[in-house]
Amino acid sequence: MSTKHDNSKYYVPDQSIWPIVGALALGLIAFGAAHYTIEWSNQEAGFGHWVLLAGLVVLTIMLVGWFGDQIRESRAGLYNAQLGRSYRQGMLWFIFSEVMFFLAFFGALFYARMIAVPWLGGAGNNEMTNQVLWPTFEAIWPLVTTPDGTETQAMGWLGLPLINTIILVISSVTLHFAHVGLEEGNRRKLKVWLVGTIALGLIFLSLQAYEYVIAYRDLGLTLQSGIYGNTFFLLTGFHGLHVTLGAILLIVMAFRVFAGHFDKDNQFAFAASAWYWHFVDVVWICLFVFVYIL
Amino acid sequence: MSTVVADSHDAHDEHHDHKPTGIKRWLFTTNHKDIGTLYLWFSFAMFLLGGSMALVIRMELFQPGMQVVDPHFFNQMTTMHGVIMVFGAVMPAFTGLANWMIPLMIGAPDMALPRMNNWSFWILPFAFLILLSSMFMPGGGPAFGWTFYAPLSTTYSTDSTALFVFAMHIMGMSSIMGAINVIVTIMNMRAPGMTYMKMPLFVWTWFITAFLLIAVMPVLAGVVTMVLTDKYFGTSFFDAAGGGDPVLFQHLFWFFGHPEVYIMILPSFGIISAIIPAFARKPLFGYASMVYATASIAGLSFLVWAHHMFTTGMPTFASLFFMYMTMLIAVPTGVKVFNWVTTMWKGAMTFETPMLFALAFVVLFTIGGLSGIMLAITPVDYQYHDTYFVVAHFHYVLVSGAVFSIMAAAYYWLPKWSGVMYDEFLAKLHFWCSLVSVNILFFPMHFVGLAGMPRRYPDYALQFADINAIVSVGGFLFGFSQLIFLWVVIKAARKQGVPAPAKPWEGAEGLEWEVPSPAPYHTFDTPPKVS
Repeated sequence: MSTKHDNSKYYVPDQSIWPIVGALALGLIAFGAAHYTIEWSNQEAGFGHWVLLAGLVVLTIMLVGWFGDQIRESRAGLYNAQLGRSYRQGMLWFIFSEVMFFLAFFGALFYARMIAVPWLGGAGNNEMTNQVLWPTFEAIWPLVTTPDGTETQAMGWLGLPLINTIILVISSVTLHFAHVGLEEGNRRKLKVWLVGTIALGLIFLSLQAYEYVIAYRDLGLTLQSGIYGNTFFLLTGFHGLHVTLGAILLIVMAFRVFAGHFDKDNQFAFAASAWYWHFVDVVWICLFVFVYIL
Repeated sequence: MSTVVADSHDAHDEHHDHKPTGIKRWLFTTNHKDIGTLYLWFSFAMFLLGGSMALVIRMELFQPGMQVVDPHFFNQMTTMHGVIMVFGAVMPAFTGLANWMIPLMIGAPDMALPRMNNWSFWILPFAFLILLSSMFMPGGGPAFGWTFYAPLSTTYSTDSTALFVFAMHIMGMSSIMGAINVIVTIMNMRAPGMTYMKMPLFVWTWFITAFLLIAVMPVLAGVVTMVLTDKYFGTSFFDAAGGGDPVLFQHLFWFFGHPEVYIMILPSFGIISAIIPAFARKPLFGYASMVYATASIAGLSFLVWAHHMFTTGMPTFASLFFMYMTMLIAVPTGVKVFNWVTTMWKGAMTFETPMLFALAFVVLFTIGGLSGIMLAITPVDYQYHDTYFVVAHFHYVLVSGAVFSIMAAAYYWLPKWSGVMYDEFLAKLHFWCSLVSVNILFFPMHFVGLAGMPRRYPDYALQFADINAIVSVGGFLFGFSQLIFLWVVIKAARKQGVPAPAKPWEGAEGLEWEVPSPAPYHTFDTPPKVS
């Protein structure tokens, strides 16, 4: 089966400094973020934010160095089809892990809506729970008045959220056009639609930030507004972080496209970024349905 | 540490079979054998650290009353012992074994993603440094148990919680990356002819374990994030006053936690399924049924989480559902035990140390499994819940189950790793000391548990005194017995022993025995053909 032809061999890289730099970066980020959280909540001065910042700097250096190595190796033709499959499968399993991460928060949302809040309102055999704890509490969703009396207003789905949904769905389509351009070898089509996708992504993020301003300023909907605000901000917030990461990936891809990288047979990084973008799009559609509409 | 993989100039024909030297070899390595060795040594260090914390617990419980530590420190010991043993000892040990053995077993040159492999290992020392540093903060370290139930971890915890949460986050990243690497390696790096149903069971069980890891570690990341925001950022996921529910914590945690306990036992099944055929000199009975049983256990593990929560006041329907699902797991597990026993039936058995540990595993793991069925029965669980009966149950499956299988694996493959046969006399001494002491340690816990002694308390009623004294003696015997293991491994790593042939066990099967002992630094650069 095996031939002695070099390209038939799996590329096992030599030693690399970047993984342990990455481990150091994550260690600094975790340690710094933890101490910064403690110092922030106790309103005391400390070193946490400096450690966190150092970790982010080291992480950036690591990412540039590591991906730089990968790009050089790929351009030097060291990779073969089998390695390409490894990367693709690795990316798909990573996206699966992200799905499970969001599932934890969707699970919390469903549990609160379907079980915790109705029980606090006396559903099932929980009449005494309601009578003893908060007799005036009424179970409705969105939970605009919590059992302890915190009040807020719900975020409607018309307006900004609907516009944002349309923008993100269109961006998935435009990214697909860019991908088709890459497959066809039509560089102009690739560049135009890729830049368009990035622009849509950035517009989405700006509108999302503006929506948060509206929530805090006009609706009194904050992270502290009980379980409705909690699930709203953590779900949309983590989604926003993922869109940010996806946009950064696409921007890096745009630089590589303009530098002449990628073709029909050599496009793992582009394909992986595109998958990631489609994934955050799907998450948003779930969000739009379960957080905003229903 | 640097001598585990030694020179083997006679072994290789590849021009680049050199290896870097000094500390850089270990810091920057992309070699699956180096990374496996790092994982295994890290795991053993954590095993001794977590074990010494258990000894603090047993010291305090040697007699009733408070004598050695204060209650808050006692709680920190139970918490850190659990976290370190689960995330620092057992899981990295299995990942280390996977790193060493999976490429050798499937005829791959290395793991599919070698640099990420190094990253996932080196995150662990940083994560545990952060976790351990939290013990030196004002107010002490995490003291809410390894299950960190809300509101113990939110309303009533110290500021060490933030360090606990972020340490968990990066441990989880390490596990996910390690699992992605294993799964991609198995899917994509098998030698020609190595079809899925020809893979050794260790590979199969790890394949399924890796899937479980990728599915549930992100849920753990989600739940620690909610603990963090509840404690520091004013959310109320686990606080009924804001519309949340502390029971939601338990649902989310055990949705992670129950697959997690299978993550810690499925690779054991693979190890035992390799060792018993080797020393019974018979092929494994029911290979295909082993694969399907493993997959069934993994699938069911997502549908049983609330059997940890029978006393939370769930609706009866939910209790019944989770009770029946849990008892269903006994079926595929029974298939496995049956297959192991049937493999030995009329075999030409010999009893070298790996086999001894494997046999002890089959018996003691089954005891742990049977007490698990008792715990699965909702009405009686009301009595057992959070007693020493539970402690006895999960230590039978984790110590005389998972840890014994890791010991068995270490003895089985030490000749392949080090190139010399380990000291059989010391190894047998280690086995018999461990076997006797582990039963002195954990068996009497069943009785105090049934009699009502709750877990996680630093003091207890007088009638439990005698049994607790016996348990503590067993604990110290078991703890110090493990130093014999350390001695055996160091001797083998320093090449003190008879040189091992490529296949030191007469009845062993598999590609790993086709390469010389010690395994050359690079193996299967050109894939072998499996017929």
